[in-house]
Amino acid sequence: MSTVDSPRQPAPLKDPSATVLGLHRGVLELKSFFREWDQVVFTFALPIVLLALLGSLFQGVYEGSTVTAAQYLVPSMIAAGVASATFVNLGIGIGLDRDDGTLKRLRGTPMPRSAYFLGKVVMVLVISIAEVVGILALGVLLFDVTLPTDATRWVTFSWVFLLGVVACSFLGIAASSLARTGRSVSAVMNLPYVVLAFVSGIFYTPVSALPEPLARLGAVFPLKWMAQGFRSVFLPDTILPQEIVSTSWEHGRTALVLGAWCVGGLILCLATFRWRGRRER
Amino acid sequence: MANSPAVRVRGLTKRYGDKVAVDAIDLDIPSGQVFALLGPNGAGKTTTVEILEGYRDRDGGEVSVLGEDPQRAGRRWRYGIGIVLQEASDLSELTVLETVRHFARYYPDPRNPAEVIADVGLTEQARSRVRALSGGQRRRLDVAVGIVGNPRLLFLDEPTTGFDPQARRQFWELIRSVVQERGTTVLLTTHYLEEAEALADRIAILVRGKIVADSTPASLGGRAEAKAVVSWSDNGEERSLESDDPGAVIADLTARYGGTVPGLKVTRPSLEDVYLKLIGSEGP
Ligand SMILES: Nc1ncnc2c1ncn2[C@@H]1O[C@H](COP(=O)(O)OP(=O)(O)O)[C@@H](O)[C@H]1O
Ligand SMILES: [Mg+2]
Repeated sequence: MSTVDSPRQPAPLKDPSATVLGLHRGVLELKSFFREWDQVVFTFALPIVLLALLGSLFQGVYEGSTVTAAQYLVPSMIAAGVASATFVNLGIGIGLDRDDGTLKRLRGTPMPRSAYFLGKVVMVLVISIAEVVGILALGVLLFDVTLPTDATRWVTFSWVFLLGVVACSFLGIAASSLARTGRSVSAVMNLPYVVLAFVSGIFYTPVSALPEPLARLGAVFPLKWMAQGFRSVFLPDTILPQEIVSTSWEHGRTALVLGAWCVGGLILCLATFRWRGRRER
Repeated sequence: MANSPAVRVRGLTKRYGDKVAVDAIDLDIPSGQVFALLGPNGAGKTTTVEILEGYRDRDGGEVSVLGEDPQRAGRRWRYGIGIVLQEASDLSELTVLETVRHFARYYPDPRNPAEVIADVGLTEQARSRVRALSGGQRRRLDVAVGIVGNPRLLFLDEPTTGFDPQARRQFWELIRSVVQERGTTVLLTTHYLEEAEALADRIAILVRGKIVADSTPASLGGRAEAKAVVSWSDNGEERSLESDDPGAVIADLTARYGGTVPGLKVTRPSLEDVYLKLIGSEGP
């Protein structure tokens, strides 16, 4: 028995491209995500439902402005929604991939490892954009939010969104390694998320009402800065007195903190990411 | 390259802490052969196979799989390898067709996904979600994913554990048809003796990390050369004789009894006898 006469032996064939495979993986990830009811409910629909509920509960107009409590909530919930679509979603998704054998199966194929991450990026971007659109649509329909027409605000939105998505994604990927099993991963991801949402002034509004130590803790993490950045896009400047620093939107600082988390998050990922599950040594 | 072995292992050793899971084993699997690594649970089969697949690192010895060291081999090496893991619970929300199509994309020269699905008998389930498949169907899907890249070497780790006997037989048919047609080399692990016997050209028995026998199914444990046992009853008393030439013994007896020998029986040790003796003869 010789393999030479087998028709598929020599002729070096073209390697499938990592970028193309990554895009295909993105499609597959999205299909899996939207078919899994739990994930859709908890990571995608929850921020939208919370906005609908809290927005209907919170009453009043902030002094010196025309902003209602519900309108104030909208940009903050966008930030929370993006964090959910990135940090929570990736943390849980990768934790499960490690636990159910997805990573192991992929490692046994010639898939370039970058294709796996590119697939996650595609998924996270699409879900984050859908989340933003969903929350804004709700804000416009229920709470009379008006979308900015001025281009500079949309430029601000874009960079805050991109830096926020990247930073929270890296942190989610890094955090996925913390869970010991697939069962615990949801708890491991949701607890820090809910705590961060509180100390970042997402549910407790306005943010300046937060007790000082909590506000300080929130200011360390990207969520607070993303929320503040989005408020600067969707709310008039007359709301500034309700911010912690009441004189400026602190765009420079926002970019700096989010950028630092992007770099730090990447380093954390590289240091902690495990392709192997616990049984493989 | 033509006739170089698909797998060559010398002195492979793997420890988990103090425990030696694989103890200096040697294996040679020529291209085109179906090789079974047979042994009870905990013998070290998965450990061995996962080292050859590049999943785990070894502690000692030499390993060459398709001419490369799996610990260092790259993406191209994986083009030639198909893997069916002992257990998998991933992919649940995708359909069978989506899954096989997707995995085909990773290879430069894949097989036609629909054809592979037909080969493993899942055409009817092609549009079902993986989570809706039965255990046996899932295993067939794992095989489909393992062979869609058109591998030269296929690893199957306990592919039929938990199957009922009929499903197991069907699965053997599947493996035979998938493998024979293309001359794929196969390394199969199993703890079912009949499975090794049904599928393999060669069987190695692994017990507590050591290879205790390595031969063709027919001559396993010296079975082909083993003496036959001729037994008969002499006035109600059970008598027996071991012999290399049972024919001569029977001729003798026939002459002695002047015709029919009462209760005459000729037996050789069955493969099962040999296997049980081999796995029992090691340790306590
Ligand atoms: N990742 C691991 N860590 C520690 N011990 C292990 C690990 N994998 C296997 N073992 C031990 O090594 C031995 C061989 O296991 P394994 O290779 O899975 O055997 P088999 O596949 O033949 O049932 C067993 O005693 C098992 O408990
Ligand atoms: Mg095993």
